[in-house]
Amino acid sequence: MAFSSAAPSRTRTGLPSSADSYSLFPLKFDKITPPCHFNPKTHSIFCTLVAMAEQQLEPVVQQRPDSFGRFGQFGGKYVPETLMYALTELETAFKSLASDQEFQEELDGILRDYVGRETPLYFAERLTEHYKRPDGKGPHIYLKREDLNHTGAHKINNAVAQALLAKRLGKKRIIAETGAGQHGVATATVCARFGLQCIIYMGSQDMERQALNVFRMRLLGAEVRPVHSGTATLKDATSEAIRDWVTNVESTHYILGSVAGPHPYPMMVRDFHAVIGKETRKQALEKWGGKPDVLVACVGGGSNAMGLFHEFVDDEDVRLIGVEAAGFGLDSGKHAATLTKGEVGVLHGAMSYLLQDDDGQIIEPHSISAGLDYPGVGPEHSFLKDIGRAEYYSITDEEALEAFKRLSRLEGIIPALETSHALGYLEKLCPMLPDGTKVVLNCSGRGDKDVQTAIKQLKL
Amino acid sequence: MAATLKTTFFLQNKPGGHSLPRIKPFRFKTPMATLATVPTVGLSETFSRLKQQGKVALIPYITAGDPDLSTTAQALKVLDSCGSDIIELGVPYSDPLADGPVIQAAAARSLARGTNFDNIFAMLKDVVPQLSCPIALFSYYNPVLKRGVKKFMTTLKDAGIHGLVVPDVPLEETEILRKEAVNNNVELVLLTTPTTPVSRMKAIVEASEGFVYLVSSVGVTGARASVSDKVQSLLYEIKEATSKPVAVGFGISKPEHVKQVVGWGADGVIVGSAMVKLLGEAKSPEEGLKELENFTKSLKTALL
Repeated sequence: MAFSSAAPSRTRTGLPSSADSYSLFPLKFDKITPPCHFNPKTHSIFCTLVAMAEQQLEPVVQQRPDSFGRFGQFGGKYVPETLMYALTELETAFKSLASDQEFQEELDGILRDYVGRETPLYFAERLTEHYKRPDGKGPHIYLKREDLNHTGAHKINNAVAQALLAKRLGKKRIIAETGAGQHGVATATVCARFGLQCIIYMGSQDMERQALNVFRMRLLGAEVRPVHSGTATLKDATSEAIRDWVTNVESTHYILGSVAGPHPYPMMVRDFHAVIGKETRKQALEKWGGKPDVLVACVGGGSNAMGLFHEFVDDEDVRLIGVEAAGFGLDSGKHAATLTKGEVGVLHGAMSYLLQDDDGQIIEPHSISAGLDYPGVGPEHSFLKDIGRAEYYSITDEEALEAFKRLSRLEGIIPALETSHALGYLEKLCPMLPDGTKVVLNCSGRGDKDVQTAIKQLKL
Repeated sequence: MAATLKTTFFLQNKPGGHSLPRIKPFRFKTPMATLATVPTVGLSETFSRLKQQGKVALIPYITAGDPDLSTTAQALKVLDSCGSDIIELGVPYSDPLADGPVIQAAAARSLARGTNFDNIFAMLKDVVPQLSCPIALFSYYNPVLKRGVKKFMTTLKDAGIHGLVVPDVPLEETEILRKEAVNNNVELVLLTTPTTPVSRMKAIVEASEGFVYLVSSVGVTGARASVSDKVQSLLYEIKEATSKPVAVGFGISKPEHVKQVVGWGADGVIVGSAMVKLLGEAKSPEEGLKELENFTKSLKTALL
């Protein structure tokens, strides 16, 4: 249940009408009828299309990622040679653990009793009410409550699994990078839990923005090393963590916190977070006897989004929407909207969309949210964007802050500023959705860590 | 400030302008003339020539544009005149993953001064014809990709650059680079490290052109107190697998290190951070160049 890397992910990459078929949805959605019978006309057309596509494209149906760790042209392993052996070792260990019953049981137990899974799929009644149109119609908003996980965000799903993996590899020294501090806290937490040495690299600017999380990591026994180079944010913390790994690869496991970096990380981190989507499918079936119609998640590196999306990538009637940080606005040059504004390049070991200048130098991103303040994005998101399977939009700092306040007041849930970007997009999305559309938004983290930032911005 | 320096640099390099050290109008060292049938000396040819003479190659590394491109141009000439056999020139990059603090800082200073691909190549086009030793460029992959691999290689060829090292592209991802490198007579040097399994090392040395770059230690670039004994056995293993020349780099910073590595059978030694530090931390470019000259001479002496 926890993860299964053995099951190959399949996708129809070349489906000619793929982008269109998603935007067709949902034309006449009947919320009461069971899902497999809804709108029989559309459904049958859809099935025909898929059948045709499968017939035509069977030979190009591909595993995701392929054996080189590529998602189409994205991904791969662009790292110094020193790390190549460690990456191979990691991939082998990861693959063997997928079929390792003992490991799976240990992980499931920890996810249940320590992390607190499964997390609820919560019907946000007042938020739903907020998006009702004058005629009383509108979408139904559900929140996947990853904020209720131990340590307050989805990040622990991956951290706990990788810590177990490190134990299996016999590595007792753990390093990690962190932006908002959520991944750092999750890593420090699992290191405390498993008795592993923990070093967290964090940009000095982020340490200031996320002082609470810095204290939490130190309280948990981790060493937090400030990174002053570059913009002193997540990008630089990641570079420094990779340098540490290059230097200490024989004794150290690097718990990378997003679906970014060299293969096998994008695949592995995705699979460790896939539990989010798997639970969502089960819970949706229990709650309304169907699937979600639209999934919404914020995207920095993209781990919470991939965790939710992965289960549904092959369900072509489920719309996947990722929301990036537009910072001061897309035209301001001060944003972190990599998929919207970036160009293909290589950063931190993977080929993906990047914010870069004409000379291929990485551009400093900006977002009010430290967790989205990253100039790259997970390679699988780049792939899903290019094949038209997922849609990506962006939300400014200001819009995110409004959403931060809105969810606090309407639902009594203070969301993380990262999550607030996904919430902010509901303002644009909901008016366009048919009545009764089931929207599941990944409430990826809680916002207590962000109150210091918010105090400076919001006048209450 | 940067603009002023750039202007100064171009003025200095006009024909008849003064520059130090004296420019040799002809690009070959005498012994080479008898061997060469093409009008350029590549990396592997340089190694063959040295081998015939029983010599080991001295390969200094500097970062382009630190402290400024005018000084880089002078430094290339200084290094050449002090007996460098190949010069490795680093293209500054915003996120140099394989580099330690010294080269990171040099790259940051260089970029802050406005160094970019175009002005580096403008400088090279001017300076390369004045050098007697070949240049290998050291660049991370993203600047190469941004320019386009094909266009990048053509630019290298046009500037008379003979070699290329891309530290974040491992063997599996080198296919496109190698193809375009071959088309443009650029030798693509690959790296092998202490963590590389023997079977993989064999594939790397097979594919490497110009020479094999042996990374001496597990880690990023930067001076170290000593060179690991493991280098000796690594050299032995590589020599078993190939007849290609092997140069050792990462952490080589003193004449003693050079002597040690040569004693273990290396065909070349690469000295980077120690050079970069001299240029970057000097009170003035002139002083940096003087220190660079003295240091290079001391390393050259250690090779004799």
